[in-house]
Amino acid sequence: MDIKELEKLQNEGTDSVTSSERRTFLKAGLAITGVFLGGSVLSLTSIRNAHGALGTMPEEAKKFPYSPHYSMVMRQNNCIDCERCKEACVATNHVPSYGYRTTILETQRPIGPKEMERIFVPVLCNQCNRPPCVRVCPTKATYKDKTTGIVMMDNKKCIGCKTCMAACPYNARYFNEETRAVDKCNFCFDTRLSKGEKLTACAAACPADVRVFGDLSDTSSRVYKLVHKPDKLVWVLRPETGALPNVFYMND
Amino acid sequence: MDNILAKVLPQEGGLAGTSSGAYNAAIALSGLLALVGVAFGIHTFFIGHEHAYGVTRDVPWGLLIAAYVFFVVTSTGLCLVSSIGHVFGVKAFQPIAKRSVFLAIASIIAGFLVIAFEIENPWRMAIYNVISPNPTSNIWWMGTLYGAYLFFMLIEFALLQMEKHKQAGMFGLMGVIAGVAAHSNLGAVFGLLNGREFWHGPYMPIYFITSAMMSGCAAVIFFHWIAYKANGWKMSKELEESLQSVAKLGALLYVVIMFFTTWKVLSGITGQPPGKYEAMQAILTGPFAKNFWIGEIAMGLVIPFITILAVRARNLTALFFASASSVIGIFFMRYDLVVVGMLVPHFHGMDIVGQPHLYSYAPTLHEWMVTLGGIGLCVMLFLMGERMFRGHLSESH
Repeated sequence: MDIKELEKLQNEGTDSVTSSERRTFLKAGLAITGVFLGGSVLSLTSIRNAHGALGTMPEEAKKFPYSPHYSMVMRQNNCIDCERCKEACVATNHVPSYGYRTTILETQRPIGPKEMERIFVPVLCNQCNRPPCVRVCPTKATYKDKTTGIVMMDNKKCIGCKTCMAACPYNARYFNEETRAVDKCNFCFDTRLSKGEKLTACAAACPADVRVFGDLSDTSSRVYKLVHKPDKLVWVLRPETGALPNVFYMND
Repeated sequence: MDNILAKVLPQEGGLAGTSSGAYNAAIALSGLLALVGVAFGIHTFFIGHEHAYGVTRDVPWGLLIAAYVFFVVTSTGLCLVSSIGHVFGVKAFQPIAKRSVFLAIASIIAGFLVIAFEIENPWRMAIYNVISPNPTSNIWWMGTLYGAYLFFMLIEFALLQMEKHKQAGMFGLMGVIAGVAAHSNLGAVFGLLNGREFWHGPYMPIYFITSAMMSGCAAVIFFHWIAYKANGWKMSKELEESLQSVAKLGALLYVVIMFFTTWKVLSGITGQPPGKYEAMQAILTGPFAKNFWIGEIAMGLVIPFITILAVRARNLTALFFASASSVIGIFFMRYDLVVVGMLVPHFHGMDIVGQPHLYSYAPTLHEWMVTLGGIGLCVMLFLMGERMFRGHLSESH
């Protein structure tokens, strides 16, 4: 039915609504507002984050100041936790057994009275546009690469104060005893991208097409198209910290 | 050099230190403790920090950062309290100046010892702090300003020894400025981390400076009383009155910190702010409740405050015990502040399967020994200072 025709219809008033119907309506309203007030159901989902990415994302985050502006889009609901991304990362970047650069979190939410939905959330360094770790580093051992926007490490400058680890909202950093420096994901810059590869090891290894890697400043790139897809929720993790991450999440 | 030393080290006058065996034993014991701490610290470099210390990826800072904060808070506090007299000219605070400045130096050196073993690559800090500075980093400012602070305090102390009070006051003022700037930056190291709700906000730098003053008052009374008791000296009337004034200032600061703590707690639980609330619960009813209620509140604030009120800031022995209780309580404050700030997991709102409600951390033997080494060094310097500087007496007062 056309919405304009709906407008022309006459208001039936509330007289024709039976009292039991009215009660049901009120109950539903109370239940819904109760859910909102309690917040328990909503906070299980990433609604707050989704809203953060869509509604209140600061202007700076919508610009892509680097070229190539590397970013990753997680098509989250495709993740089956096979962990091939983790294995590929370890093998490519010589990640020791006590550390990780990327991992997969598991969360769940109720989808019925007794039913739970499992959700896998791959995480890695968010290569933030306003990285807290870079701000706090006393010696510029960690820095934002001027070309690619990747948050890099200059190992020889790292004093091991671990302030970057305390500052990172995403737990993306660990201290590597072999290099005596904090280690983190750099989108495989030294091991793959600088050698002409187009994808990170994790993105290349993903069999479910979860991790989409590319250049956000290129409007024809897949990451650009995914982030700007109409009618799709795109969100980031912990938007309230103001770090302006470059890893985006969506359900495909 | 000999000439300067001769001017700085008093050859006569002042108070002759005791030569009792117990005093010598205390120096030897604290020195040994410092050496053992250093040995544990060096051992850490061989076996690796991740094996020696209890800190992890999840909780990267632990007891050693807390101990460092404790020492530099105490140092800044000693500097600030002593400056009331010899920098800002309040007569009642002048007799405590020399010893307090000396102790400020001793405690910051102890802090530097601890942090040297906490940091993984301290040698890189010496180089890249200079050639690759990051002006947005509070850690950089803190380290640099504390370096300047130590420099000013050393010169100030030397000038005080030479009885050049006017110039000493100038360097004292620079020490105060550097100290306040450094110390508020230390607060900002925590306070400007947006991802750590328990710390984030302007509270930390403000709290750090105020609680430094409080710690300073406690430390002044604590060390003066021991110095005079251990050496069998008798306090002059001026010094007694000075310490009583310090106790009164301390009483005020205990109230201020109680006030701060009350609102910190209330703002942490009202409306259950995510991240902050969980951390606050860890302190109020969780694994840190004993530390908080017994250590921080009872020993650190309430007992010293009530004791000062009960003796009307007169009985120095009672004031000493109040200060001793406070110094111990303040250590708990630093420990809780550092560790609890990191306990709430990063993705706390997301109900991650297998993620604990709170991360956990427990200090290891190595961390304890390095901390005790710092305490040993501070105590040794204090005891030796009494002897070398003959009771830190000043001719002018």
